[in-house]
Amino acid sequence: MIPFLALVRKDLKLFFSDRKAVIVGLLVPIVLASFFGFLFGGQSGKAETSKVPVLVIDQDESNISRSLITQLGGDKNLDVKPATLDAAREAVRKGKATVAIVIPKDFGKDAGHALFTGENKPELGVLYDPSHNVELGMVRGILSGAVMQTVSKEMFTGKAGREMVNESLTQVENNPRISAEDRKALRDLLGSVNALNERQNEHREREGASGQRELSGGLTMPYGTREQAITSGQDIEYNGYAHAFSGMGVQFILFMGLDVGIALLMLRQSGLWQRLRAAPLSRTMLLGSRTVSASVIAGFILLVLFGFARVVFGVHIRGSFAGFVGVCAAFSLMTAAFGLMVAALGETVEATRGYSIMATLIMVMLGGAWVPTFVFPAWLRRLTVVVPTRWAMDGLDGMIWRGLGFSSALAPIGVLLLFTLLFGVVAVMRFRWRTE
Amino acid sequence: MLEVKHLTKNYGKLVAVTGVSFRADRGETIGLLGPNGAGKTTTVSMIAGLLSPDSGEVLIEGKQVKSDTDPVKLKIGLVPQDMALYDKLSARDNLTFFAALYSLAGAKAKQAIDDVLNLVGLSDRAGDKVETFSGGMKRRLNLAAALLHDPQILLLDEPTVGVDPQSRNAIFDNLEALKKRGKTLIYTTHYMEEAERLCDRIVIIDHGKMIANDTLQGLHKLLPVTNVIAIDLDDADGFRPEQMLALPMVKSCDLQEGTLRVGVHDLSRGAPGVLRWLAENGHSYHHVSSEQPDLETVFLTLTGRSLRDS
Repeated sequence: MIPFLALVRKDLKLFFSDRKAVIVGLLVPIVLASFFGFLFGGQSGKAETSKVPVLVIDQDESNISRSLITQLGGDKNLDVKPATLDAAREAVRKGKATVAIVIPKDFGKDAGHALFTGENKPELGVLYDPSHNVELGMVRGILSGAVMQTVSKEMFTGKAGREMVNESLTQVENNPRISAEDRKALRDLLGSVNALNERQNEHREREGASGQRELSGGLTMPYGTREQAITSGQDIEYNGYAHAFSGMGVQFILFMGLDVGIALLMLRQSGLWQRLRAAPLSRTMLLGSRTVSASVIAGFILLVLFGFARVVFGVHIRGSFAGFVGVCAAFSLMTAAFGLMVAALGETVEATRGYSIMATLIMVMLGGAWVPTFVFPAWLRRLTVVVPTRWAMDGLDGMIWRGLGFSSALAPIGVLLLFTLLFGVVAVMRFRWRTE
Repeated sequence: MLEVKHLTKNYGKLVAVTGVSFRADRGETIGLLGPNGAGKTTTVSMIAGLLSPDSGEVLIEGKQVKSDTDPVKLKIGLVPQDMALYDKLSARDNLTFFAALYSLAGAKAKQAIDDVLNLVGLSDRAGDKVETFSGGMKRRLNLAAALLHDPQILLLDEPTVGVDPQSRNAIFDNLEALKKRGKTLIYTTHYMEEAERLCDRIVIIDHGKMIANDTLQGLHKLLPVTNVIAIDLDDADGFRPEQMLALPMVKSCDLQEGTLRVGVHDLSRGAPGVLRWLAENGHSYHHVSSEQPDLETVFLTLTGRSLRDS
């Protein structure tokens, strides 16, 4: 036991002897986690998102096109500005605007006709930046709603609408291809629209005189939404720092594990390795002590990170504390085993550092430490099940802000321990003990 | 104490060591002499249990090292060629750690640490970090770390590489003190002066093969001449060295820049005969001295190559 404890104590002493490295090693994840936490909504979880820059080219200049532009400009997600076609095209090409909407001449009139007849639909031009497909989808949805509401409102309540209904009535009366029954039905429909138009007009005049608010009119979405973030409790708001500190903790502990592996590779090339191997020490003791010391250091990093997050950003463990400790311990062990595997499989220090950094970054990314995994393609999301960091993130999120119980930590802990076993077995089997 | 029997180690087609055998008794210092890459470190690594030989065996007090934790390893102290210390720790912290590897703790460890620090003259720097030490001090601490568990056999792999003459002498003094305590030292070097000063027996290795294993005197006997008489002639003009080769005791004769070097086996019988022959043949001289061939000459004779140039 004396040699084992001495090996662990020596590793810890060496780690803490370089105080600058320790401070920087803790400061960097804290700064990054604070920054990402702020970006992801901060303590209230309600960060104001930036508006999508949209340019509008109004070639119609009708009531409908002006109403449409006003409607779009009122949306909280869009920053709408008028532009000429050439200027808009250039702005989208340079990435200064995400979408440009071209309202063609006679759009209002043609859209009104198309509303009743379904024929000769006018086309809105949409110029977009192909690197912003997600925003394009959002703009498309907002635009559909706005066009529907603006055109239907004008048709049923506006002056242009009345003119168009009268014009349509005349066309119906004079069109010999329409049968008598159809003519009667259309006459009744358009007559009713006309009557509604008149009533709306009178209603508006009365409201204008009394100072009451005018009804919006037109076709609108037949439902509203009431949004509620589901966190650990009804009155507990989501804290954006919780996920950010988990993500950065996972990332930097993985890098620490990597350092353990690289250090072991370098140790193998030094006289120290010969001295250790000349002593009556078993392989299990040499690798086991490394695992324990690396796990203790990882635990220390997590303790400082979450201690800081709690004191400064109010990140609380809303779920099972035992589950949180279990996930941290399992992840620390997994990281230490990962480091040993790197040392076992590595050839030269330089090459190993290169490809193990790449492997670590991929694990961090696929684990969802940087961005949520829902942005990945479906096949990649399925792949994350075999990435240990995904389980660590799920476990930490579950215990910290989702407020889940200990039973929910069992799966992440179990999977992380399985990875520990796998990496550990590979490390012991492939580690080259001899110095030849 | 230590028996090395027919050790062989190959790396693929490269023969690192082949058929190396020697024996070292209590209080004896064995020098493994050879140029860089000769196979000295590989031999030491096999003795320390760091490498397993392809064939042959190492016996320590009649026992082989059978596993990583074999207690036989307690009898060995290794001083690696590369510095085996933690720069960020103090000398005492380093020694405390290395002592713990041999299960030494508490008062026992403290006593052992104080003893070795005293031996290598670093007691006053015990609390300083190793990174503040000179190269020579590090080498002495490197030696001290191998002595903590009081091993009977000390394997020293070029322990004076890169140190100044003063530190080298300090290390030699330490080793001579250890030898007086009855320790068995296996000392690898490519410096013939070190081998000549420290070693009771010298094993010469070249290209992995053991080409000699004898005392210094025994090695000299392998040479065609064991002594050289150097004579500064008053007038070297007209002297013909081959005339002297006719004498039965003369093995070699060479004249360069007025100095005649005559090789003989036995100085006590050879010198009077040579000087008499010079007087009888009218060659006067003003200075006579004797020279003994060094290990460099031995290596040159045995391998056809210079030790330093190899």
